[in-house]
Amino acid sequence: MRSPVEPKSAGAWRSQIPTGKALVPYLLLAPFGCLFAVFIVAPLVYAFYISLFRDTLVGGRQFAGAANYLRVMSDDKFWAGLGNLFLFGIVQVPVMLGLATLLALVLDRGQLYGEALFRLGLFLPYAVPGVIAALIWGYVYGPVFGPFAQLAEAIDVPAPELLSREAMLFSIANIVTWEFLGYYMIIFYAALKAIPPHLLEAALLDGASRWQFVRYIQLPLLRPMILLAIVFSINGTLQLFNEPYLMRVHAPTVIDSSYTPNLYAYSLTTANQQYNYAAAISFVLGAVIACASYLFILVSGRRRRR
Amino acid sequence: MGPDLDIRLRRLDRRRFLIGAAGVATANLIAPAAVAQEKVKLVLWSWLPDFQLQVDMFRRAHPNIEVELVNAGQGTPQYANLRAGLRAGSGLPDVVNMEFQFISSFRQTDAFLDIGQWANMHKDKFTADSWQQVSEGDAVYAMPWDSGPMAMIYREDILQKHGIAVPKTWAEFADAAVRLHAADANVYLTNATFSDGGWTNALLWQAGWRPVRRNGTELTIRINDSVAKNFAAYWQALLDKGAVEARGITTEWFTGLDQGRYASWLGAGWGPVFLAGVAKNSSGKWRAADLPQWSEDEFVTSNWGGSTLAVMKTTQHPAEAAELATWLTTDPEATKLYTTKQFLFPTLTEILESEAFARHRSEFYGNQAVNEVFVKSSKAVDLDFEWSPFQEFFYQSMSDELGASLGGKGTLGDAFDRIQASVAAYAEEQGFTVLH
Repeated sequence: MRSPVEPKSAGAWRSQIPTGKALVPYLLLAPFGCLFAVFIVAPLVYAFYISLFRDTLVGGRQFAGAANYLRVMSDDKFWAGLGNLFLFGIVQVPVMLGLATLLALVLDRGQLYGEALFRLGLFLPYAVPGVIAALIWGYVYGPVFGPFAQLAEAIDVPAPELLSREAMLFSIANIVTWEFLGYYMIIFYAALKAIPPHLLEAALLDGASRWQFVRYIQLPLLRPMILLAIVFSINGTLQLFNEPYLMRVHAPTVIDSSYTPNLYAYSLTTANQQYNYAAAISFVLGAVIACASYLFILVSGRRRRR
Repeated sequence: MGPDLDIRLRRLDRRRFLIGAAGVATANLIAPAAVAQEKVKLVLWSWLPDFQLQVDMFRRAHPNIEVELVNAGQGTPQYANLRAGLRAGSGLPDVVNMEFQFISSFRQTDAFLDIGQWANMHKDKFTADSWQQVSEGDAVYAMPWDSGPMAMIYREDILQKHGIAVPKTWAEFADAAVRLHAADANVYLTNATFSDGGWTNALLWQAGWRPVRRNGTELTIRINDSVAKNFAAYWQALLDKGAVEARGITTEWFTGLDQGRYASWLGAGWGPVFLAGVAKNSSGKWRAADLPQWSEDEFVTSNWGGSTLAVMKTTQHPAEAAELATWLTTDPEATKLYTTKQFLFPTLTEILESEAFARHRSEFYGNQAVNEVFVKSSKAVDLDFEWSPFQEFFYQSMSDELGASLGGKGTLGDAFDRIQASVAAYAEEQGFTVLH
């Protein structure tokens, strides 16, 4: 008698090598696979490789082992930049996603005049190129000639210093919210639209109020999408680069070369010629992002089980 | 410099616009003996607008040399591309647009060819300070192209209205700043753009600051010396009194110049044309005067900006590339056009001293011959200044630390201590022996 494990041997092997129809998915994935290998995997491998060395202007290249990584651990500039992002994210992400949820619910209710206009208008900033956005906001925040400054002067109160050291994180958070609010709203709106209408009918027949429908049916069904959006936002926040990079033009004395970790890595490669160290910084940042995302998924998953 | 609004670059954009309809009038040239016997192709990187004009003139004079002009980014992005090419060992141009201030940084990685054998015959055509910055003895690493001697551009109407004389010394400048702001709370004598390394460097250069001395791999770094401390104390006092602003080079600042919020700009030789482009409403009210002096008995100035053409060491055609760089910077017809089409401030003595350039009058400056002021300045540039071999880092450190002090992290003087520490640490890390 054959043991139940045995049939897995030769025959199983053959069935694991895809042939004929089974090959189709791999063929379809191949273009992505190639691009992924060339533009993501290869640069990552190369970056990791150079992060193990140290190139200097005098003396050339030496093997550095983990020295670059150890240095990141005690690099105040890196951790201060990360600290900035923590402060930024803890305020910006809940505000943005909260608003996006609210707006999606309002839109979904379908009792709004010019609904399509609202949808488009809120989504539009997402399509505005970063450079244009920086010009717009640079003007709006302008401490002397911006609209707020002009208004303050007209009513004779001190102009708000929206580009000052204290206000800068909020000013950037405002730009990021403006940019991505519509994007997340559309995602949530699409998810709400996917909720089968008979659920609403059933709920109404059971005498649920509109609020109860939102609270007990729509929000729970939206939950996976919101969790996904939070993970995306954690990723986006920790990689913040464009907005501070562009606002630096308007506030060069406030945003320094290490304002966020990505800006720091950029400065390290362009001004410092410290490619090796920049690679190490990037990998540590990647690790921080992975940890933060994992931690969040862990916490939200545990809560759900409760 | 990173994402700083590089006003030299904006100026060029501006110029493209100013040049506008100006027709392409080129002199007919008789071709001199071409260097190449068989056809050779060169790649030239530059961000100068309408440079094709002079490149075409070169090609007419050199039928065997083909030149591909590439805009590989304006300033900082171009240098980033060049660094990437140097690391990869491919994709490099034969001749490259290189600002004076970054020559030694790229020489540190041995990027440039010594073109002394082709260039030295032109030495006497150039101003002493520009030649000094591109050469080391008989070795020549770039051809001077344009320059930026410092002077002061100011609003005559504002100073007159408040009965303030044009300051000749820094003491008078401080006094004028305090009096002007006291007379009108919405007006400042100047916006001190400490976030721009090049600007700060120029003023310190004039004051006698010599932050870096190099001897092989030995670097003497004296960033926080008494010159810097006095300079910092001078401006800190003005900032503490609220008599000047320090907001950086931003679009708001351009508007401020135009609207009369700032009554002067401590600017360079390329400044007059640049300002005329951004401050149209205040046309006719501007004048130029000498850069204020630290001592009444002497006249010393410095440079901010200015470019060269350098030949890359990797070129396959050194003689032809050197011919391209030297011809484009010395040919009488081509170089004259830089001052009329692209408005570069010349480094060739003959053009500097020509009536047409020095006596050129412009309505924007109330028909004052402002170039005269800058020509005078170009002759008084202190020659004894050395750039660091890692100027991009140096500028970034200045911008970061001076910015932090403006934001309340200590005084400007403290900032120079921090710059000293960060530059010395960086230099040591990069393998230099650092002396203090």
